[in-house]
Amino acid sequence: MALFDTDIKKLEEIARQLRCDVIEMLLEAKSGHSAGPLGMADVFTALYFGGILNVDPKNPFWEDRDRLILSNGHICPIHYAALARAGFFPVEELKTLRKFGSRLQGHPHRGSLAGIENSSGPVSYGSSIAVGMAYAAKIDKKKWQVYCIAGDGEQQEGNTWEAAMFAGKHKLDNLTFLMDRNNIQIDGFTEDVMPLEPLKTKYEAFGWHVLEVDGHNICEIINACQHAKSIYEEPVMIICHTIPGKGVDFMEWKPEWHGKSPNKEEAMEALKQLRTLKGRIASEAE
Amino acid sequence: MLNPEAKLNPKIFSSDIERKPTRDGYGEGLVLAGKENPNVVALCTDLSDSTRSAMFQKVFPERFIECGIAEQNMIGLAAGMALAGKIPFISTYAVFCPGMNWGQLRVSILQNNANVKITGAHAGVSVGPDGMSHQALEDIAITRCLPGLVVLAPADTIETRKATLAAARYVGPVYLRFAREKTPIFTTEETPFEIGKALVLRQGKDVAIIGCGPLLYNALEAAEELSKEGIEAMVINNHSIKPMDEKTIIEATQKCGAVVTVEDHQIMGGMGSVVAEILSQNYPVPIEFVGVRDRFGESGEPNELIEAFGMGKNAIKEAVKKVMNRKK
Repeated sequence: MALFDTDIKKLEEIARQLRCDVIEMLLEAKSGHSAGPLGMADVFTALYFGGILNVDPKNPFWEDRDRLILSNGHICPIHYAALARAGFFPVEELKTLRKFGSRLQGHPHRGSLAGIENSSGPVSYGSSIAVGMAYAAKIDKKKWQVYCIAGDGEQQEGNTWEAAMFAGKHKLDNLTFLMDRNNIQIDGFTEDVMPLEPLKTKYEAFGWHVLEVDGHNICEIINACQHAKSIYEEPVMIICHTIPGKGVDFMEWKPEWHGKSPNKEEAMEALKQLRTLKGRIASEAE
Repeated sequence: MLNPEAKLNPKIFSSDIERKPTRDGYGEGLVLAGKENPNVVALCTDLSDSTRSAMFQKVFPERFIECGIAEQNMIGLAAGMALAGKIPFISTYAVFCPGMNWGQLRVSILQNNANVKITGAHAGVSVGPDGMSHQALEDIAITRCLPGLVVLAPADTIETRKATLAAARYVGPVYLRFAREKTPIFTTEETPFEIGKALVLRQGKDVAIIGCGPLLYNALEAAEELSKEGIEAMVINNHSIKPMDEKTIIEATQKCGAVVTVEDHQIMGGMGSVVAEILSQNYPVPIEFVGVRDRFGESGEPNELIEAFGMGKNAIKEAVKKVMNRKK
């Protein structure tokens, strides 16, 4: 699909809305993860609103839909926000995140909510599920694609590389991973905790085609996903370079915001920054 | 006397009773399941011959998936394939699966309710000379505690074949354990098998011996010898550890008033623990447990280990006498 500046503007507006949703959800929930969901807002916007994922909110279990697997379940607030804004469930339900009886579990649960393809939480498990789905689709000669969102911290798990090895061996070209390369994990910066680089070379050595994008440039993300579909006989890893906490200055690049939710005051400041593009435009909401 | 409805092998106590490993029954059952349903696939981690999944590979090469030595990935792959409509059977030694990938079993299989059949080969001390690292004595404990998982421990090769087919037909996750060594084939094609239904193998009134797996044969031998001493032991094949047949167990206990459980597994958290949970809430009676007593295994011939760890025919007889004394 050809993208025009006006389309990109609309998509950026959606991403801004999703970030606001995330802050409001986390404020209401009083716990949860801030940095990852904010950092991945543009990637989720590209997938759900940029013409990449072939899904139908009115028919969420349609057999030939594309599958989106979340391997880093803790960033689910942004997934929930994207699903709600895409029409999978009412937007008002976002406020029930992490509450008793909610379909929006603290970490996603398959079966609770339409659009959630896998239960997840312990990082890296989703990578194997995505690979297994892609393999099954190959056996049955299905045309649907499997997308998997994975974190960078989970690249420290052995399970991740077992899955990568299998996908490489079987040349699963119906499989596209998008890695949130935000450089932080709970205990600090990834390269201090346990160095991951060179990630591109590592995946290439495992038989993958690797692309790298600015994870906040929606146009670039869409183009990379389109490019991935054209890759033959190799699984594709799109390393999305993102800023953790993107859009809220006191959260950006701060590992301490990995697993923390904002208090009332912080949330108000965050929403103000998001609505005014950090003061660059006048807020409509004030 | 033996329960005629169990239709056991007429040559049950003859010295030349045929012996085959329960894992053979798994391989045969897997092939039958594959013929019955084209969605059945088999995954293995570099142990296709030992686990007998090679029998499936031979018939359905395009539906056999070699995962390499990567148990964590295998269980996740199976979850993904199940969510895409396949019925994966995954096989390796029980010490590796569920021993090495319990987290993935818990989240990727069970919290997704993925229709995967997990099989644990070389369970119990049956792997003998390989020693403690390879003897799975804890697999029942770590699987029965997981919500939504069916846990089966069949007694001989014919029953393992039936259990494999039953697992394939059942919609939902199943864990099935089987063993390496040749053990007596004491059931027949006609012996009933149903998930969640225990089977009385021998009628009795003085004590109920509730067992699972190949050790049930030792229990039947013990019961025969006890009969000559005037003790009539009921013997129950309790292959379905979850869901467990509470009705049959409670009725047997009401009749006999004392229970001995028998399994090739740790006593802690094993099949006997489930029996004790049921009886303590419904019909408390004295119980003795035959199994491994909070220790790891060691190298030796399987029968040697069964005797050394107090799980053989004589140990079962002693447990019966002890529990009957407590009954008085």
